[in-house]
Amino acid sequence: MSALRIKKGSSSHSAYDLRSNFGDEIERHTLAVTVVNEPGVLARVIGLFSGRGYNIESLTVAEIDHEGHRSRITIVTSGTPQVIAQIKAQLGRIVPVLEVHDLTAEGPSVERELGLLKVAGAGEKRVEALRLADIFRANVVDSTLESFVFEITGTPEKIDAFADLMRPLGLVEIARTGVAALARGAK
Amino acid sequence: MSRQMTGAKMVVQALKDQGVDTIFGYPGGAVLPIYDEIFQQNEIQHILVRHEQAAIHAAEGYARSTGKPGVALVTSGPGATNAVTGLTDALMDSIPLIVFSGQVPTFMIGSDAFQEADTVGITRPCTKHNWLVKDTETLSTTIHEAFHVATSGRPGPVLIDIPKDVQFATGNYTEKTKLKSKYQPQVKGSIEGINDLVKLMEKAKRPVFYTGGGVINSGPAASQLLRELVEATGFPITSTLMGLGAYPASGKAWLGMLGMHGLYEANMAMHDCDLMINIGARFDDRITGRVDAFSPKSKKAHIDIDASSINKIIHVDIPIVGDVAHVLEDLLKVWKSRGRVTEKEGLDKWWKQINEWRAVRCLAYKNSETTIKPQYALERLEALTKGMDRYITTEVGQHQMWAAQFLGFEDPNRWMTSGGLGTMGYGFPASIGVQLAHPDALVVNVAGEASWLMNMQEMGTAIQYKLPVKQFILNNERLGMVRQWQQLLHGERYSSSWSEALPDFVKLAEAFGAKGILCSDPKDLDDAIMEMINYDGPVIFDCLVEKHENCFPMIPSGKPHNEMLLAADADAFASGAALV
Repeated sequence: MSALRIKKGSSSHSAYDLRSNFGDEIERHTLAVTVVNEPGVLARVIGLFSGRGYNIESLTVAEIDHEGHRSRITIVTSGTPQVIAQIKAQLGRIVPVLEVHDLTAEGPSVERELGLLKVAGAGEKRVEALRLADIFRANVVDSTLESFVFEITGTPEKIDAFADLMRPLGLVEIARTGVAALARGAK
Repeated sequence: MSRQMTGAKMVVQALKDQGVDTIFGYPGGAVLPIYDEIFQQNEIQHILVRHEQAAIHAAEGYARSTGKPGVALVTSGPGATNAVTGLTDALMDSIPLIVFSGQVPTFMIGSDAFQEADTVGITRPCTKHNWLVKDTETLSTTIHEAFHVATSGRPGPVLIDIPKDVQFATGNYTEKTKLKSKYQPQVKGSIEGINDLVKLMEKAKRPVFYTGGGVINSGPAASQLLRELVEATGFPITSTLMGLGAYPASGKAWLGMLGMHGLYEANMAMHDCDLMINIGARFDDRITGRVDAFSPKSKKAHIDIDASSINKIIHVDIPIVGDVAHVLEDLLKVWKSRGRVTEKEGLDKWWKQINEWRAVRCLAYKNSETTIKPQYALERLEALTKGMDRYITTEVGQHQMWAAQFLGFEDPNRWMTSGGLGTMGYGFPASIGVQLAHPDALVVNVAGEASWLMNMQEMGTAIQYKLPVKQFILNNERLGMVRQWQQLLHGERYSSSWSEALPDFVKLAEAFGAKGILCSDPKDLDDAIMEMINYDGPVIFDCLVEKHENCFPMIPSGKPHNEMLLAADADAFASGAALV
């Protein structure tokens, strides 16, 4: 037990161990959280993510059972396996949270997002935009002589790809809903 | 049969139905209707504190020393914001509290009205759950649900924000028995996990129980079962700051507290064990030290009612989610039914090793004939109050660690301290809450002068309610723990860590109508402590101690358990030699 040799600037000069203990393999998970639809419940979920430093890549919420006062929050998050496990456990202890499902871990699932894209332009670019929209099975939901508004549904990656193609063709504005997801199969 | 009453009356009625006898609070415009109802009854005693933070800490002291939830009542705006520190403290230490706050009338919410604050917004991250009640019809159910949530699962503080018009309006009162809560945490642990743990216990050569506040929160049965388990297996046991008293300090398997200022033998046992059984503790960073070097050779089991505590900081091999008492009962049953097996030979060797560590006498200090050493003061307090019906609270800092090291706790619920949040100013109001719950007991707040000043206004409360709380202040005229860190780790640059312009504590006591005792000579200490104990009323004991004493052992942050700094090493460490 000789005196400790502590180098200046090492974490021993802090009140905390400044080394992070976590690995660096980041995974992306989609979580489906059923909650009691009461005031402040979304703030609790978001506050948990911001307060504990977790990532939110996408978050959607809507009531799914009016009589039972239940809402479903779909969260796409990323982190190390340990952080993902911690996120699920932390969500689970919020009092109005009824169920937490990790759709990424619990088997195959489908994910869909809806995007609205406004593309303005004329001439060949306008025709090209329409042609690409057709390939992507995007619908035209508004049209003027100088613009279209496309509605596209698919995985986030599909919407990304469509948006990338529209950018040089006059993409003006984009609105996305975030991901809704369900497990595949009968249950 | 439904009963019609005003919201304000519902609050009082629900408290009676929940068996509440004491609440702590401070009135204001937005809670006047509730105070009017309190005035018109005698079953519930209201204790007027001098600051809302103290109301929450007093309720914590009441809760921690009784096992019942604590209740506080504050007004809107500043009343609620003053409660935030106490709520956070209770959340970190899992103390069940129900806090009522007044709110501006529903139709004024959001208008920046006088004394308006977004109380549910502000307290959302520092409560287990909270509610803004907008309809008197739902008020009584919400209160019953609040008691259920605060006391079920991992306990914690909850808050109910009640707008003034909801207090005035009339609605149906719903009985406590009608509550159907969806919140039902799991209390029984998985039997597979328990079986796996028993198998490891049978083979363990170097096991250790690492217990925490969860044992105390689980209730007296949990402490009883823990004692039975320790005696039956002969495994050594250490505990966190929050868990002291669950296993008696006089028990022969007791290693003392572990952690940053824990005992050498406890930390070494944690580092070298081959089986660590965590019961109701949460691998706090003050416990683990350097995480990647934490107990490298052990299998780890973790019993905790909160699933999010498991694998949060330390990966464990056997996670068991459940209430400590339930799990320990099953664990004992399984272990007994399999023939009460332990690895006798390995255990004997392990105890031999532990006794060698004990021989280091890590708490030894150099006493003085002329100056009171803080350790000596606590040794004398321990010797003179041992066997009394005694409750100890503390503030936060060196004195708190010394109290944990030098005072012995034989039973749970006798030790109230701010562990997770480390709230200076906790101890004095907590001692008031404890004394109200145990009017005939000796309640001592072991304090530092700097912490104590943070809630000294509560002298008024102690005097008003004739609470004979003893404020045992180890006065070193320093922020001792800050000073220690600056000495050891910041090149002896003592930035703002001394207390200048301290009051004369004896005169201060007298100004409030209490007794003040000054003691600076070790020879007078015993008599002075006895004078404090025997005085029937609140006492401020100004114990002038060595100003530059350091608290050891100490695990510097970022170091593993087996690299503790002992008092003997400190000179070399402090001389600056290590601070290249």
